[in-house]
Amino acid sequence: MEETILEVSRLTVTIPTDRGEILPVNDVSLRIPAGKIVGIVGESGCGKSMTARAVIGLIRPPGRVAGGSVRLGGRELTGLLPKERRRLMGSEISMVFQEPMSSLNPVMKVGRQVEEALLQHGVCSRKEARERVLEMFRAVEIPEPEVRYDSYPHQLSGGLRQRVMIAMAMVCRPRVLIADEPTTALDVTVEAQILRLLRELRDRGTGLLVISHNLGVIAQLCDWVYVMYAGRIVESASAEELFERPLHPYTRGLFRSVLSVGEGAETLETIPGVVPSLHHLPEGCSFSLRCSRCETRCEKEMPELRELAPGHAVRCRPAEREALHE
Amino acid sequence: MLRTLAQRLVQAVIVLAGVMLLIFVMLRIVPGNPVETLMGEHANQETISRVSEEMGLDQPLHIQFFRYLSSALQGDFGTSFTLGKPVSRLLRSAFVNTLILALFAALFAWIIGIGCGVLAAVTKNRLPDRIFTGFSLLGISLPVFMAAMFLQYVFAFRLHWLPISGADSWTGFILPGIALGWNSAGQIAQMTRVTLLETLQEDYIDTALAKGLSPARTVVRHALRNAMLPVLTMMAIQLSGLLSGAVITETVFSLNGLGRLMVQAISGRDIPLLQGTALFTTGIVILGSLAADCLYAVLDPRIRKGG
Amino acid sequence: MPLSGRKKTDALASLALQSQLGEEIRFRDRLRRLARENKTAVVSAALILVMALAAVFAPLLTPYGEKDMDLLNRLSPPSAAHLLGTDEGGRDVLARLLYGARISLLVGVVPALLSLLLGALLGVIAGYRGGWADALIMRAADITLAFPSMLLTMVVMYALGGGIGNVFLTLTLVNWANVARVVRAQTLQLKNSEFAESARITGVPSRVIMRRHILPNCLPTLLVLFTLNIPASILTESSLSFLGLGVQPPYASWGLMINTGRQYLFNAPWLCFVPGAAIMLIVLAFNFLGNGLMDVLDPRQQKS
Repeated sequence: MEETILEVSRLTVTIPTDRGEILPVNDVSLRIPAGKIVGIVGESGCGKSMTARAVIGLIRPPGRVAGGSVRLGGRELTGLLPKERRRLMGSEISMVFQEPMSSLNPVMKVGRQVEEALLQHGVCSRKEARERVLEMFRAVEIPEPEVRYDSYPHQLSGGLRQRVMIAMAMVCRPRVLIADEPTTALDVTVEAQILRLLRELRDRGTGLLVISHNLGVIAQLCDWVYVMYAGRIVESASAEELFERPLHPYTRGLFRSVLSVGEGAETLETIPGVVPSLHHLPEGCSFSLRCSRCETRCEKEMPELRELAPGHAVRCRPAEREALHE
Repeated sequence: MLRTLAQRLVQAVIVLAGVMLLIFVMLRIVPGNPVETLMGEHANQETISRVSEEMGLDQPLHIQFFRYLSSALQGDFGTSFTLGKPVSRLLRSAFVNTLILALFAALFAWIIGIGCGVLAAVTKNRLPDRIFTGFSLLGISLPVFMAAMFLQYVFAFRLHWLPISGADSWTGFILPGIALGWNSAGQIAQMTRVTLLETLQEDYIDTALAKGLSPARTVVRHALRNAMLPVLTMMAIQLSGLLSGAVITETVFSLNGLGRLMVQAISGRDIPLLQGTALFTTGIVILGSLAADCLYAVLDPRIRKGG
Repeated sequence: MPLSGRKKTDALASLALQSQLGEEIRFRDRLRRLARENKTAVVSAALILVMALAAVFAPLLTPYGEKDMDLLNRLSPPSAAHLLGTDEGGRDVLARLLYGARISLLVGVVPALLSLLLGALLGVIAGYRGGWADALIMRAADITLAFPSMLLTMVVMYALGGGIGNVFLTLTLVNWANVARVVRAQTLQLKNSEFAESARITGVPSRVIMRRHILPNCLPTLLVLFTLNIPASILTESSLSFLGLGVQPPYASWGLMINTGRQYLFNAPWLCFVPGAAIMLIVLAFNFLGNGLMDVLDPRQQKS
């Protein structure tokens, strides 16, 4: 198997609230190989963004990482002092956010904002920095890089802003890039360009973690996919395997709701019910309330995440039995 | 951008003209002939009407107004009844003192206000935040005259650290400056805290942190400048508060500034002086808010280039 | 948290939105929440109540009269006989403070109420009628607001002369503009709301729409403005009286007590600091209460 550069195991995030503690990320394990794109897919509120933030270390108080480990190239990140950790943020591991408009400082020239990452990590001198930024702008195909360097965010289109964000994240050549909904705020043609850019990064050896609720984006982009529901991983497999043979009822429901649109069906198929509040999770399987295949045992006990086929793990008992019978 | 500025300029002129008219009319509806008040009970009727004529007070009101307007535009505000000097000269020397006082106050207010606000915001809900927030509340509710008298009593009278009154040296401006700036410091601190807390929720703060910047650096380089934009607008609004406060502070510390001049004008029923100070002060306030608008535009690129 | 300047106006303006969104303002529930969650506001309200009662029942609380001179006991420091000392005429400071509270509270409440009525009336007319009425009223408001408020009050007090009636009038003239602006902004929003639209279509006269539909929806905002205008008026009056331009003897407001006590600042500091502390307390209490009200009445700050 390929070299793993980022390994997350049993990561748990807790947030204290008025009505008790909630676990937006619950016992999540995942691995990102070099030169691969790994996706996390799920409905909004399932904890995928929170997972991404926990991995890089941007959980806002009062939330905190309560357990688990994040290893970057064999180095444990969770126990690091903030100062040591900051040395890796932006240089070894970096992040692109969902909203390219609000993620850039409105009163600072974009070139300066990209340059800041270089200077922060002492990658090069102030003189060279400008050149490196322009080079990076060219690499992410920003037209007229010299002009754009001195632009303010509001003067750029959404697509250009996202390119700036990617340039900023990549300028120190990190080994891992986390992209949280990188195309959600963009229109379709721009989306395709950004996806191509991300694929190019992969081909140059970067490990990518892409968070999206958009199955289309995940299907086009990812080599490996994790499906999240109510803070837990419910299924993981290679993209090929997952789209070929989804096992978890939730994953199937997600796929059906997209396919029914694609094939022009009369009615839009949806998963019945709503995402449960993290305050009122059912005792057993979190999906049991909405699941058509729910059994008595599902309501009582949370199923384990089990590998049913090589590299294909599922957290569902009925699915396990079905796989055994095959 | 230039167009907005021009619009604001026109607005300012209209407002200033309105203010002028208002002051003019208000001072003319005062019961009693000002010349009579000025010359005392012993003056005979003939002298009074002669003086009135000389001063143009026998003319219809609108003629008086336009006459006053045209000379005011040339920098001539008439002659003070009580002090016998041209109002413009009195204004000039008083203005210098008030300006120094206001600068001391502003310096104090900005340093203390922004400092406390930032410290309170970054220690949100912890002890320093509570202390600084309490402090700024004290600043807001403490009337200027109380702050002034308290400082005067403690630091000048009891401890003899600073002069009790007068503007003989720059040390004479320290206590009045603090007394006057106290209030604005509290307001600035609160505003800074609120806007900085809001700004710290913005997405670009995460971007900065994700780049590996330390929280302190993130606050200074990314949050503060954005947070300062609304604070700046408030500072301009405060200018008028500062001038109001100057009336009191100058009275307590016997500083010869615009405020004291105005109190003198009122107690002496000196219409040209009162008219001049009122107009001049209002003009400064209007100019100040205009200047703040320009500064805002310079600091916020969205306004500068967007229009 | 007290806000100032633009923030405050924004928060106030958004109060109207909730009615526009058809969200019912359960006023009593909001007040209950204020009582439950904001202890400072509750304490402030209690303090205000105590001060008001003390002012009303002043004769029962102190054996001394407000004008009882005792020339043998001039400028005596606080003691068992005179809890807060005596002034230059040997008058009991506590007694003068209690009687002075009557004037100071009156000076806070009356102009706040008057400027609220005037401002609301003009604001609704400006917002609803638009056109020249709007232009005229708003220009007048601009000019009023362009004046440094202290300067405006001084000029008006000069023109009218001192005395409590004129203090009421002056403070009203100074404070109406802010109220008018906020009410106008709300009226503009409400005017285009569905209920106003449907009332107009069914032929309800404008005057009735303004009275029945628009003004009631501004009430929460007006309540907040009222609560915040009171301390502003108290402060302005005390500043005016401090300069000798406000309330005139024989009435005694706290500001006037400070004015006369100022000559004795260095040998009898309590003459200034006692009424000064009283002013500060009452201003603080009203500000806390006002901001607490704004918090619970502002839909944007609602917790889910």
